[in-house]
Amino acid sequence: MGKDRVEQIVKSNDVVLFMKGNKFFPQCGFSARAVGILQQSGAKFETVDVLADPDIRQGVKDYSAWPTIPQLYIRGEFVGGSDIMMELFESGELKKKLSGE
Amino acid sequence: MFQASEIKRIIETEIPGATAVVLDEANDGEHFVAEVVSPTFAGKGLVQQHQQVYKALGSLVGNAIHALALKTYTPEQWAKAGRS
Repeated sequence: MGKDRVEQIVKSNDVVLFMKGNKFFPQCGFSARAVGILQQSGAKFETVDVLADPDIRQGVKDYSAWPTIPQLYIRGEFVGGSDIMMELFESGELKKKLSGE
Repeated sequence: MFQASEIKRIIETEIPGATAVVLDEANDGEHFVAEVVSPTFAGKGLVQQHQQVYKALGSLVGNAIHALALKTYTPEQWAKAGRS
């Protein structure tokens, strides 16, 4: 159930961040860091608050075999959590992925 | 609650040739930082490397281990970072 809805969201948004809370009120340090990285990259992105939807919260972990939140998806591809986002941001790789290079 | 030494033991047991440095930075038994070096990371993307560590830890991450900040290295990267 949750997995299918996650797939539908991932496929219908270029850049989507599954997080705890939302852009304006992140509810966890890692989620806040992920939002900050995307904002600093100047990216347009959607967010999904997993705290508001337990089905999605479990579904997204199953979908990418990744046990933690946040999770970033760009054009249907799972990019990583806040650690990998930070590494990609620092190496300039994230900007390339966001601009579709 | 969990122990950094236990996380280290599990990672080094489950991942062939791995060495792990695990810290309980917040000293709360829930938020950990780990650096893992393994030849099995060679040629793999960051996501696959981290997934190997998560697979080794099974259902612990997201449960007993609330958060695990991860950095992964191949032996060459680890040496280059002057950490060997």
